[in-house]
Amino acid sequence: MSGHSIALTAHKDYRGSKIGIWLFLITEITLFGGMFLLYSIYRSEYAQDFHHAAAELNTLVGTINTLILLTSSLTMALSIAAVHHGNRKLSLWMLAITVLCGAGFMVNKYFEWGAKFHHGIYPGSEYLLAHPKGEVLFYGLYFVMTGIHGIHVLVGMVLLTVMFLKVMKQPNAKVSFVAGHGLGEIEGCRMAFVDAGGKVVWKGDEVDGSIERIDVKTKYWPVKKRFHVADFNQLENSGLYWHIVDIIWIFLFPLFYLIT
Amino acid sequence: MSDHAASASHGAAVRHGTVPNAADVDFYHFKGRWSGIFAWIFSTDHKRIGLMYLVLMLTFFTVGMTLGFVIRLELMAPGKTIMDAQTYNAVFTLHGVIMVFLFVVPGLSASLGNFLLPIMIGAKDVQFPRINLFSWWLFLTGGLMAVTALFTGGGPPDTGWTFYAPYSIRTGTNVTLAAAAVFVLGFSSILTGLNFLTTVHRMRAPGMSFFRLPLFVWALYSTAWLQVVATPVVGITLVLIMVERSFGIGVFDPVKGGDPILYQHLFWIYSHPAVYIMILPGLGAISDMLAVHARRTIFGYGFIAMSSVAIALFGSIVWAHHMFISGQSLVANFVFSLLTMIVAIPSAIKVFNWVATLYKGSIQLETPMLYTLAFIFLFMIGGFSGMMIGVLSVDVHVHDTYFIVAHFHYIIFGGLGFAFFGALHHWYPKMFGRMYHQVPSKIAWFLTFVGFNVLYMPMFIMGWEGMPRRYYDYLPEYQKWHVVSTIGSWIMISGILLMFWNLLRSLKTGKPCRELDPWGGGRTLEWTVPSPPPLENFDKIPTVTHGPYDPDVPEHK
Repeated sequence: MSGHSIALTAHKDYRGSKIGIWLFLITEITLFGGMFLLYSIYRSEYAQDFHHAAAELNTLVGTINTLILLTSSLTMALSIAAVHHGNRKLSLWMLAITVLCGAGFMVNKYFEWGAKFHHGIYPGSEYLLAHPKGEVLFYGLYFVMTGIHGIHVLVGMVLLTVMFLKVMKQPNAKVSFVAGHGLGEIEGCRMAFVDAGGKVVWKGDEVDGSIERIDVKTKYWPVKKRFHVADFNQLENSGLYWHIVDIIWIFLFPLFYLIT
Repeated sequence: MSDHAASASHGAAVRHGTVPNAADVDFYHFKGRWSGIFAWIFSTDHKRIGLMYLVLMLTFFTVGMTLGFVIRLELMAPGKTIMDAQTYNAVFTLHGVIMVFLFVVPGLSASLGNFLLPIMIGAKDVQFPRINLFSWWLFLTGGLMAVTALFTGGGPPDTGWTFYAPYSIRTGTNVTLAAAAVFVLGFSSILTGLNFLTTVHRMRAPGMSFFRLPLFVWALYSTAWLQVVATPVVGITLVLIMVERSFGIGVFDPVKGGDPILYQHLFWIYSHPAVYIMILPGLGAISDMLAVHARRTIFGYGFIAMSSVAIALFGSIVWAHHMFISGQSLVANFVFSLLTMIVAIPSAIKVFNWVATLYKGSIQLETPMLYTLAFIFLFMIGGFSGMMIGVLSVDVHVHDTYFIVAHFHYIIFGGLGFAFFGALHHWYPKMFGRMYHQVPSKIAWFLTFVGFNVLYMPMFIMGWEGMPRRYYDYLPEYQKWHVVSTIGSWIMISGILLMFWNLLRSLKTGKPCRELDPWGGGRTLEWTVPSPPPLENFDKIPTVTHGPYDPDVPEHK
């Protein structure tokens, strides 16, 4: 691999993947935007009913959940920062805490919804239908919006768990020798791994005409010296997703819990 | 996630043996990790994915066309002709759902767009090849769900393709599954849009500035923005319909305080831009075909490019013109009527520039050109009638009549449909390396064009006279127009079937056509690669030094 470029390296477009994830975040915003639109219209139509219905919600649980999610956003950011500083272990810890926060949030939600059901508050319940229309709508929107948000939290937890495994496995850099791209230049040679002392650790067969392509994967730990931001863009993108889920909750919380 | 195809699909090539070099064979003959059908359904090659979309979409189109044929048969005479009223309701609903969500919305962009966009900008593939494959799988899943909705639950949905509340939350038919299908299809559409946007931004060849993009790419780019921004709204709206049906949350149910008009707003916030998702790629393909077959540089390139963007922008803020008689405020009616007039401006800019392109061009009446000219004619009729119904006073008169049906068939079928068929013929030699048979293709065009007008023109007349859309039965005075229309459907369908038969037959028996540019007038990058293209399109990524239609520059190589 001297002088001129003879081998292909895997194409990782950091900025391209950032454009992709931000476009995806736009779709999340318009998705929830439709529901926020419904909320704002019904709230202006039934302001009094919304006020009464919101009083039924447990502000303490809501506040705890908000704190949990905010903490998880912090740890998410810290996890990415840790990887940037080559501290893989810290990054993994932070990711784990983030996922646990998500789980904590979901457990809280479970008990909160459970209590509502217990009091007979669920879509289409007799208790609810006996109340003014605005309250029916408030709870309709409450269950749908926090429910869809909850699904997003679950998806985020799965995503971050996958990221945990990915960060745990070291990333690798791949170099390929393909016909027309450097394979000719090493024809007749053998590939070998040589340790620092010059001793051959492993060697392969002779590269002859039957070989179409050779991939060389090199693994590395994310130390500061050998860190490519593009190798962790999946982690960063998952982080962005986690943050948008968090931000949506930041809007849901005051609109449902704090309007009394 | 963003691994280029070099690693995503080429990883497949690591094996011993005499595999031909990727650059030497076309993409059909390149041997990857999989063989047989798996070489297609697991392929991340944008060309294969584009063709797979094409196959699925034309299959669904055939189903939708059959349903349309049946509708016309039923309407030939008042009262019961071949089916009862409930079946009729289901049939026109499915005709709408299949044609809209499984044919015209993915339309040119997912099929030919997938095939051509990377080649036209000088790239090896799209930015996210695996997401591209995933979106095809979502499309397949959504399509299967829609078909399943026919045979399961309480029978096929009977709400019309618009799923208007409160009927859609009351009816016992299988609306839930159909709505879920549309949600999945929407997801597929979003991913395609996201992919195209990123691809256009990141993967243009050196020298391929935005104002050197072919106009088809400009149209796909504008479409992609609409897909990304608008589609989630209909997604969540249909989710709300599903939740409403399952749990009764009340947001669209007047009994519980909900407002069905809000459903209409949310639905059209997506579905009006969706009209432009359907038509914009067609407008782009027409521009490219005109330039080739008129042997002429495009007149007003910048204006056509920007008018696509303008249509996308203005098209997003006119949705409530579908709701003039829904009881919304007069101010809203007035504002949306005015905004609707504005969309006519960029559309007219395109038409004027196309006509100016034809002026002093050396017009070759190849089949794609015939479709292109027919397109301009039909699109104008559709456009003018659209102006009429954008005017409040007229719309109050013709709202929910056959006038509307005629208008949108002129735009969507006369527009996108004809652009699609034209584009199929135009890029046929590039995609398959064979030329279709000329004579049947021209006869098919003639039958389709004449049949189309015989089918839909009477609808303008009976709509104007007051024949309501979607009605199963009608007064005898409308029958003469219904009969004419039904006869038109026979002529048009025979034309379309002839076209399909001809295109299919030409895959085997068509004259091999291996030259780079079979038309002799192509200037965009897809005419510089072999037909069919090799796996990664270009041996070497080209450097672009001039605009896409510049006539006075030497050939690309």
